[in-house]
Amino acid sequence: METLSLLMDGFASALTPINLLFALVGVILGTAVGVLPGIGPAMAVALLLPVTYGMETSSALIMFAGIYYGGMYGGSTTSILLNTPGESATVITAIEGHKMAKNGRAAQALATAAIGSFVAGTIGTALLVGFAPIVVKFAVSLGAPSYFAIMVLALITVTAVLGSSKIRGFAALGLGLAIGLVGMDPVSGQSRLTFGFAPLVDGLDIVVVAVAIFAIGEALWIAAHLRSNPSRTIPVGRPWMGKEDWKRSWKPWLRGTAYGFPFGALPAGGAEVPTFLSYVTEKKLSKHPEEFGHGAIEGVAGPEAANNASAAGTLTPMLALGLPTNATAAVMLAFLTMKGIQPGPLLFENEPALVWTLIASLFIGNTLLLLINLPLAPVWAKLLKIPRPFLYAGILFFATLGAFSVNMQTADLWLLLLIGILGFALRRFGLPILPLILGVIIGPMAEQQLRKSFQLSAGEISGLWSEPVAVTVYIIIAIVLLIPLILSILRKARGDSSELTAGLASGGMISEDELDKVESQQPSSGRHSADDALDGKDKP
Amino acid sequence: MSEVTTVKKKRVELLFAAFLFLVGVIVFVDASQLHVTYSQADVVGPKALPYAVSGILILSSIALAITVLRGNLAEGEEGEDVDLSQPSDWKVLLPLLAAFVINILLINTAGWVISGTILFFGSAVALGSRRYVLTALISIAMAFGTFYGFYLGLGIKLPAGILSGVL
Repeated sequence: METLSLLMDGFASALTPINLLFALVGVILGTAVGVLPGIGPAMAVALLLPVTYGMETSSALIMFAGIYYGGMYGGSTTSILLNTPGESATVITAIEGHKMAKNGRAAQALATAAIGSFVAGTIGTALLVGFAPIVVKFAVSLGAPSYFAIMVLALITVTAVLGSSKIRGFAALGLGLAIGLVGMDPVSGQSRLTFGFAPLVDGLDIVVVAVAIFAIGEALWIAAHLRSNPSRTIPVGRPWMGKEDWKRSWKPWLRGTAYGFPFGALPAGGAEVPTFLSYVTEKKLSKHPEEFGHGAIEGVAGPEAANNASAAGTLTPMLALGLPTNATAAVMLAFLTMKGIQPGPLLFENEPALVWTLIASLFIGNTLLLLINLPLAPVWAKLLKIPRPFLYAGILFFATLGAFSVNMQTADLWLLLLIGILGFALRRFGLPILPLILGVIIGPMAEQQLRKSFQLSAGEISGLWSEPVAVTVYIIIAIVLLIPLILSILRKARGDSSELTAGLASGGMISEDELDKVESQQPSSGRHSADDALDGKDKP
Repeated sequence: MSEVTTVKKKRVELLFAAFLFLVGVIVFVDASQLHVTYSQADVVGPKALPYAVSGILILSSIALAITVLRGNLAEGEEGEDVDLSQPSDWKVLLPLLAAFVINILLINTAGWVISGTILFFGSAVALGSRRYVLTALISIAMAFGTFYGFYLGLGIKLPAGILSGVL
């Protein structure tokens, strides 16, 4: 099989000492930023962008993939030991995981999370190997109209489906698109939104924008609201599981994987919905439903697997279509563009070595993660003791350094400050980050496809729906936009009784009521976890 | 929450809506001033997307203003170290921004080692670090370390400023 031999080549180049080293650096950094409060995989990758200018593309990408997967592992550690989920994806894990830790079963909770993540990540990556080439085969036949439609779908779903306030989502999207507009229009040569400043003609450097939004904005926001007494960590020994734990974990792992991968691969799937679905399913199927809410291991195993499988799923559209569906993937895509590599379905054809080395390194990274997470969990937990002033001063310090080192221009630092303040405002006024960053990155790509479509149709607007795939996607967009409306009408008609099943049946969207239900059953899990899950906010 | 703070919060959020509206108008005006000659090869032209973007911004700013007036206020972003029971602490933010600006002003003249030290030290103290000597030592180590790390490891020469020749 062709795929298999390509994958073997990938392993051969991923297993070179230098690439293994980068994979190791990536997973260690990833776990660290996952554990550390206030800093997540997207911010870590953004901060490293400047450093990777001179690096081999595949090595840098291997490191980023390690950070991405590692962030998932580290995030579960904090949600179990601290009950403060760093990533929105691990909110559900905290519900049962922290209860287990409180009952003295932290070791088992960490073990089922780590092993489940490994199982799901490995299966998910295998699914990526199987599906990505099929998607590519399908995608190369697509023309500009279909691409435009798919990109609009990605932007609309991220804006309208995730997030508690659609209005604020669209405001964030508008700001992101506006940032993407700055600079010279490549087709007509006209300068847009440059206001006569020469440095703006080349557009805003994506590194500066990413670092500003994720690092500066986040650090300023946390600084303004710094908790004076950080939450207490539950001490833990080396993770392990007994026979009974294995018996209760393996099925949730597999079911979680089955939920996670497809949702991750969808344009607005993300990890929030599948982790939630996995939790609900495990609760229903469990032989110990009475333990749910008091630390049921299934409630950790399932969602954690779903979380990691969705990470693998996310890479499918990113590699096969050039379409990022979450913040970390968006920054990784910006890195490819920065390196002069055109993302899209031709990536597999033009850069087979790069793609397959990356995929092989995912398998390797996953294994490394299991190895460094099982024995070292107590060490990672110690990271939580770092004094907060040093942590956030360090983020500001490295963000400044990174943004400056790209062009050595103080103009970039002023931009960093301005956009950083915008990032602060987003967090203050409840605007989600994801629509903005996807707007910055997908906006210019979508415009290009739009203009190509009209070129092909010689100016006829019907050119936009000249392909069956485009038509299908527009129908999906219409459904996505109409579902909440229909649901609310149905709910009013039927009363308040069955909104959970209604929500699940029609595309698995979580409504506020449903999460409140989960919440009311877990009174101490904290009001904010539900909001995070709803908002689809990724820790940057 | 008292009546007064709600009114105040509403006012701040309305200001933000006004900011969004303003950005929308700027995008619109900027697009309207582009000179485009009609071309068969580019029917859409450079104006279409900016007009759409300004539409999104203006409409969402109006909608935001309405929801705010109806009492639907924003919830700030949650986080592990974030305590939302207090309003934004300007006594932390302003010194932090000052440290940031000082770094920008000094980075080329005084050099990164000095400006970076000020940036880290200023930020850490603004964030509540009270062990001044330790903080100062860490700041200097960070600035020196990154200066040489970038030079030796990445071949990137950060500005040495007044210390050029010494470093």
